[in-house]
Amino acid sequence: MATIHVDGKSYEVDGGHNLLQACLSLGLDVPYFCWHPAMGSVGACRQCAVKQYKDEDDTKGALVMSCMAPASDNTRISIEDEEAREFRASVVEWLMINHPHDCPVCEEGGHCHLQDMTVMTAHDRRRYRFNKRTHRNQNLGPFIAHEMNRCITCYRCIRFYNDYAGGTDLGAFGANDNVYFGRYQEGTLESEFSGNLTEVCPTGVFTDQTHSDRYTRKWDLQFAPSICHQCAAGCNISPGERYGQIRRIENRYNGDVNRYFLCDRGRFGYGYVNRDDRPRHPQWRTVAEDSAVALSVDAALDRGSHILREAKRVIGIGSPRASLESNYQLRHLVGAENFSTGIAARELAGLEQMAELSRASGLPTPSLRDVEDHDAVFVLGEDLIQSAARVGLAVRQAVLGRREELAGERGIPEWNAAAIKTLGQDSCHPLYVAYPTQTGLDNIAQPCPALAPQDIARLGFAVAHIIDGAAPAVEGLADPVRDAAQEIAASLLAAKRPLIISGGSLDSADVLAAAGNVARALARRACAGGLMLIRREANSTGLPMLGGQSLEWALDTLSDGQADAVVILENDLYQRLAPSLIDPALARTDAIVVIDHQQTRTMEKAHLLLPAASFAESDGTLVSLEGRAQRFFQVYDPRYIRPDTNIHESWRWLHALGSGMRREEPTDINLDAVIQSLTQRHPQLAGVLDAAENADYRVNGVKLAREPHRYSGRTSMRANLNVNEPRTPQDSDTPFTFSMEGYNGFDRPRKDVAFAWAPGWNSPQAWNKFTDEVGGHLRAGDPGVRLLHPQPGAYDYAANVPAAYAPTDNRWQLLVLPRLFGGEETSSRAAPILERAEPAHIRLSASDAATLGFVDGDPVSVITGDSRLTLPLQIDTRLSAGLVAVPAGELPPSLFGAWCELSRGDAAYANSQPQLDNGGEARP
Amino acid sequence: MTIETATSDSSRSIATDRDGFELHPDDRAEIEHERGHYEQPQAACIEALKIVQRRHGWVPDGAIPAIAEVLGIGPASVEGVATFYSLIFRQPVGRHVILICDSSSCFLTGYEALKDAIADALDIGYGETTADNRFTLLPVCCLGACDRGPALMIDDDTYGPVMPEDVSRLLEVYT
Repeated sequence: MATIHVDGKSYEVDGGHNLLQACLSLGLDVPYFCWHPAMGSVGACRQCAVKQYKDEDDTKGALVMSCMAPASDNTRISIEDEEAREFRASVVEWLMINHPHDCPVCEEGGHCHLQDMTVMTAHDRRRYRFNKRTHRNQNLGPFIAHEMNRCITCYRCIRFYNDYAGGTDLGAFGANDNVYFGRYQEGTLESEFSGNLTEVCPTGVFTDQTHSDRYTRKWDLQFAPSICHQCAAGCNISPGERYGQIRRIENRYNGDVNRYFLCDRGRFGYGYVNRDDRPRHPQWRTVAEDSAVALSVDAALDRGSHILREAKRVIGIGSPRASLESNYQLRHLVGAENFSTGIAARELAGLEQMAELSRASGLPTPSLRDVEDHDAVFVLGEDLIQSAARVGLAVRQAVLGRREELAGERGIPEWNAAAIKTLGQDSCHPLYVAYPTQTGLDNIAQPCPALAPQDIARLGFAVAHIIDGAAPAVEGLADPVRDAAQEIAASLLAAKRPLIISGGSLDSADVLAAAGNVARALARRACAGGLMLIRREANSTGLPMLGGQSLEWALDTLSDGQADAVVILENDLYQRLAPSLIDPALARTDAIVVIDHQQTRTMEKAHLLLPAASFAESDGTLVSLEGRAQRFFQVYDPRYIRPDTNIHESWRWLHALGSGMRREEPTDINLDAVIQSLTQRHPQLAGVLDAAENADYRVNGVKLAREPHRYSGRTSMRANLNVNEPRTPQDSDTPFTFSMEGYNGFDRPRKDVAFAWAPGWNSPQAWNKFTDEVGGHLRAGDPGVRLLHPQPGAYDYAANVPAAYAPTDNRWQLLVLPRLFGGEETSSRAAPILERAEPAHIRLSASDAATLGFVDGDPVSVITGDSRLTLPLQIDTRLSAGLVAVPAGELPPSLFGAWCELSRGDAAYANSQPQLDNGGEARP
Repeated sequence: MTIETATSDSSRSIATDRDGFELHPDDRAEIEHERGHYEQPQAACIEALKIVQRRHGWVPDGAIPAIAEVLGIGPASVEGVATFYSLIFRQPVGRHVILICDSSSCFLTGYEALKDAIADALDIGYGETTADNRFTLLPVCCLGACDRGPALMIDDDTYGPVMPEDVSRLLEVYT
């Protein structure tokens, strides 16, 4: 700690900070551009100048850049000093010289850091009377719009894109007053984190193209605190809605999880919420007659409860993409003995294995933020950038932490980004990624051979054995693998905090067991490391905690005729298993109730279809891969703009179905009651109660506002339907209102923040007003409750070392590898994600391709059982012989590891590869 | 020179195929040699650009990805360096490049009259090349010849002080 004196007042601050950080953390307003809490200082923009005095007697003082001056003890500064104010006013005037007068048509307007800073410095007159420099813009792909004329040359974009996120295709060109930030050549930005440019850029150079397609000012959007449903990382988001459509997704700060950054799938993959083809009314279908009748809610519930009551046994199929509450209500409806998680057996076994390892490896599970504080990372069988991109970004920061360590040894403070970069150059903490092919982190990883899943497991077992001789040894290791094991073990042992990462991407119990052995070996050597296990879907961690059988069990029970009715919750079974397993089971089932928010192939089999609310229209709780239970809140009521809509939360449908089945008086239920019941029956989930405030929570005696106080047009937004404005929707489930009325401030600490706004701070930089210190934690504590409680201790090793992978003649082992864009069910229904997705290929090693006489681009068919997939070939120089890789989204992941045959495909068929259906996403 | 930065011009966006540009084998060898001098391959970027410019007089579009490939870095990094330095030419120049110093010493000693004399003699302004492709005229911020202002440089030769009346005699040497 240090004492600094600012304008005559004394404050206690963190002496390791710079003056800008210290002042902002104290809540004092100092304008800035190039500094960013996650990226440190470079002292480029000169906007944060303050007057610094040598001592008490110094009355003259000197201007310093507060971001480049340490907040050391007894520092005396003045923010209000007249000369400092004039200097800052001049700086913003220079920066604004070439900036266009286009705020009214600029999409950054209303959440623009440049606007905020210009107002803060009171620059309100233009004196420059000459031509401005202008640039031509580039088409940067479906996510990011480009308007270079607005640039103030702060360099934050390339510092984030290149230095922080490891991109290579965005550059700064030119010099002096003619600098251009863009790609070397026009084209889609390659980084998986490009969306953060929209928040990192202090003005409107990089804006959200998906938002542009249906633009609304920030102050006219309705927000709620939400959780990204596009993978298991559990990033906190603030979706913004207008006219019944999600219009953009903003990052929501959580100091333990995603902090300032999201991946592009999470930010731009929301389009499925807006699709016109979403089910919006209950339907009764007779499959034989191929007819569908729309029903009212009451009629649907009557029919639904009737067919379930008549059934001799009802199976419930839950979903890892649905909330705990919805899954719980389904389990409650059908009974624990009839509940399936809806997860394929092998994946479920993997999730249970991961739950066990999380509890009993001897190493804790780090939070996403904590991942950055490890100094050696060993990844077994995950391509993190594809399977949990935000985790990959955090691992990158862990690896780059070596630069900060080097700087620390030389007394360079950790905020001094330019000095650290110059000193550190390419220095990295060791990262090893064992994977069958190249991964998104290879450019900062140490060399590691590309291995088949079995051999990745063997490598892991070998590493564990080197770390602790009591762990089982691996016989007959190939030389390169043995060398790699030696190097990895040495690196992990040399580290202060080694991190082991594995997960379900390779669907391999052996790989997980190997990762567990490495963790257990490290724990036995008393290492302060961590173990992080990657799950696939938003609630893949939470659902197994509720318990339930596999999807195969459910289908078998139906096929055998042991049950004659099924309720399928937010789950497209065809995404999980081959149709040959699903179709016979559903064909034998007399009553099929499907509750979902998307038009799926499973839904086509439904007798009764109940339209579910998506994450944006419902409340619920998810458990992220780090075991954090986090609540997402309803953003908008779909019936306000579309009164004929009959969308409801799945848990509400299931409650109503249940009371109908039991012939009870129909009652409504609210979220708190569901959570109450859930936590009582499942003590292991008791923490869910505290994951967020309940509906009775008030600040200053009022509920929390979903809409900014400047929200406009509410009285007329339904005028096309009726000139009488109805009462705003009432929210009995949460402490939020569908209104601008309610608390939206920053001064009273609260965890669940719908949108970040503070007086004078309209941009995402307003989060600094909500944190205990800039880049720290929310003052009320970060949202969410950890449900996984690892038990320290020494655990027994898994002993079953698998045999090495042996290629077989004329048969190949099929790998269904995760992919960020196009590999996830719901975001693949968003047009921009489909546009961004790279064309799918079948990948083979060069030697296999040569043996088969295939060349790049040839249509190749993968045949396994009754599945046949034809795609163009891509020769993969990293892939081992005997393996064939297909990206997720083309085949169910349950086919992973299956033996398959290859044949030359029909060219016509390959060219008509799965048509990207993007017509359904609603356009304004 | 004016920096014509990345644009949405279709004429620029086809350069991924390097416009048929191939590094001369000697240049490639020399760049690889330079690369060996540094811990970081990108440190050899300026030298690589100078090597290409020595051969072609300027750095053609296709050379950017070619250099990037040899150095194992992204073309954006190479283009960033190429466009930062005013003496790396990203547009074709004439056979001889005239650099007139326009910094304060040469301003005090009257570089403007010199510039006008050259511009009149050649009928070109800053950033332009004569129709016969003989000369390109560019300003430069300092030639380190402040004691001899107004100074100018033609190719590798520095002159100063140069008076407007000296211009025609001076230019004759360069054909």
